Amino acid sequence: MLAQPCAHSLASGMGGIRAAGDLVARMQMTRGMRLKEAKAYVAGKLGIGEDDLSDPIVMNEVRGERGLGRVVTGEASYPNEPNAIEAKFRIAELLDVPIACVSRFVERSGLGRGAAAGH
Amino acid sequence: MGDGSCVELTRAELRADLEAGTEAAAARAKVPPLTAEELDHLLDIWASPARFSAVDLGDEVVLSVDGTNAGTFLSQHQDLQVYERDFGFDIVELGHVDYSYKAVKTILPYQAQLMRDAQLILTTPLQYGAMPNLGLYSQPDGPVPNWSELLPLARIDEARAAQEEAIEHAVKDMVQVADAMWEAGADGMDFDTSGAAGDGDFLATLRAVETIRDRYPDMGIELGMAGEFVLGMHGKLEYDGVRLAGLWPREQMKLAAKAGATIFGPAVNVNTRKSGAWNIARALTLVKPCCDEAAIPIHMNVGMGVGGVPMAYYGPVDAVSRASRACVDILRLDGL
Repeated sequence: MLAQPCAHSLASGMGGIRAAGDLVARMQMTRGMRLKEAKAYVAGKLGIGEDDLSDPIVMNEVRGERGLGRVVTGEASYPNEPNAIEAKFRIAELLDVPIACVSRFVERSGLGRGAAAGH
Repeated sequence: MGDGSCVELTRAELRADLEAGTEAAAARAKVPPLTAEELDHLLDIWASPARFSAVDLGDEVVLSVDGTNAGTFLSQHQDLQVYERDFGFDIVELGHVDYSYKAVKTILPYQAQLMRDAQLILTTPLQYGAMPNLGLYSQPDGPVPNWSELLPLARIDEARAAQEEAIEHAVKDMVQVADAMWEAGADGMDFDTSGAAGDGDFLATLRAVETIRDRYPDMGIELGMAGEFVLGMHGKLEYDGVRLAGLWPREQMKLAAKAGATIFGPAVNVNTRKSGAWNIARALTLVKPCCDEAAIPIHMNVGMGVGGVPMAYYGPVDAVSRASRACVDILRLDGL
């Protein structure tokens, strides 16, 4: 574990949900955007600089303000903020891309029916 | 070294290994060698006495992973959380220990349930991954005659027919797994070590990707290769009019993009008897044309024994981090 996942993550990774790596990754996965284009797209949506996307201090604040999900640590917890599936509703809206599990959640929870009925 | 062992080399010896590595790749694949400036940069990385090397701030790339097994006594869900929260991966992956689509099909509802439940507790994108592994469809493991036994007997036509039949089974299995994973909420599919059993293996993957893309336009599809060169176990198979046997990374990438993949993962195997410098120069030379012409993101394979990373269970972090940085600095790729 130390050799490959950790070494690569520290040497060259964007940091995942500690920063904005998951958001940039979603644009690569769903839209086939190359890195430069994906970083510009996400930075534009967030209204920040591209260099901020890998900065955990900046992104922790941005994620908290926008409800995009943050890493819970031994020292920091966010019980009143969106997390995991809740945060992915906001990520889909922010990035304007469909997220399969969010769509399934809406269908299976009946939220779609509620919205259609005006609840 | 390519086997992970530590050796002491002078700066001149390192330079010689870098030049030999790039020249070996250029001659073999008929691609340009690395430039003098690129070799200078690699030399600076490899000659540094530092224990760790990393890209410049702002140059970070997206990390995906094939399988997410932390080797702990935790559940698969907890392993995924470790990769998300502790390792900071940008894309994580659910996979079974028997990492082949044929094997996974028999336990598909249970894998789909794991995917569905994992999606409720993860924020980072989660894909499902396994290997096409065409060999599993041959006897005695599978239903079709074994082409590896037929070929030495010069029963060429029968060997080809067996592979063609195996391709049909493999495509069906890969699409079936993708159907279930899409319904379970997967963000994407990963076809890992494509082409491991040769051109038939690669063709099966391309055809599965094409069908999945047609059904699910928004699904992520990562197609990763097994090696730098597609072996011609069949020899006559084509996709979109292109003969698959003998393709190098640039041409592999073009077909992956044509089929509908959103991420392509070139792989270059490590020579364990050569130095890390020789291996990274060879790997970068083979993959550079692929990155230069890519229309989709490139996530180079840099796990154990590929992409200049030593073939060792406990790879030294100095070697892994140097390979990681070198790929980003020289190739300007999109991920690893």
